[in-house]
Amino acid sequence: MRITDVTIVPEQLREELTDRAAGAYVGFEGWIRDHNEGQEVLRLEYEVYRPLATTEGEKVIAEARDKFPILHAECVHREGLLEIGECAVWVGVTSAHRDEAFAACRYIIDQVKVRLPIWKKEHYVDGHSGWVSCERCAEHAHDHPA
Amino acid sequence: MKTITVRYFAGFRENAGLDEETVSLDVATAADLFRELSDRHGSTEPLGHCKVAVNEEMVDWDAELNDGDTVLLFPPVAGG
Repeated sequence: MRITDVTIVPEQLREELTDRAAGAYVGFEGWIRDHNEGQEVLRLEYEVYRPLATTEGEKVIAEARDKFPILHAECVHREGLLEIGECAVWVGVTSAHRDEAFAACRYIIDQVKVRLPIWKKEHYVDGHSGWVSCERCAEHAHDHPA
Repeated sequence: MKTITVRYFAGFRENAGLDEETVSLDVATAADLFRELSDRHGSTEPLGHCKVAVNEEMVDWDAELNDGDTVLLFPPVAGG
């Protein structure tokens, strides 16, 4: 688990997961979109409490390894100010077969969204801004009981 | 009475107008502290949506607090 304040380049990150035993790679990229809950979004600001975001993210990745027979997994999350279209979070998983790579990738991104001390503030086109509360993500996380 | 250092993040920091404060309160658990400070700063965020860490470790709300602890109060998270 890594937190970064520079551009995430998935093509570089996936190189770290290569393995001769891997038959599947699943990557997920979360992008900044231009709207949320009916409002036009101009840019987004992530606040991260790095020490615990890192340790909690490591726990999530360890849980994914326990649950699914995967080879490698990694997650990188941005902090700071991001523009529309930028990559905010990347998850990559490799495994012998595709099913476990898909499942582990889904588990990691769902848990990262609801457990890590990361907050996002949306800056809207009309000039105001607000912290986002991720209720829908919490519902998705319930699909994976701990 | 326990002397506790409290750190606020994101919306909690903006609401309280503070990064950090030291409080002396008669509280047993992290949940007690959360309720006391929600009243003090006029926060209406439900406890169930929030998280807490004591001395750099994520804990449950019923965790006991000790004199000298540092408590991190996390409003609803929204990574990704």
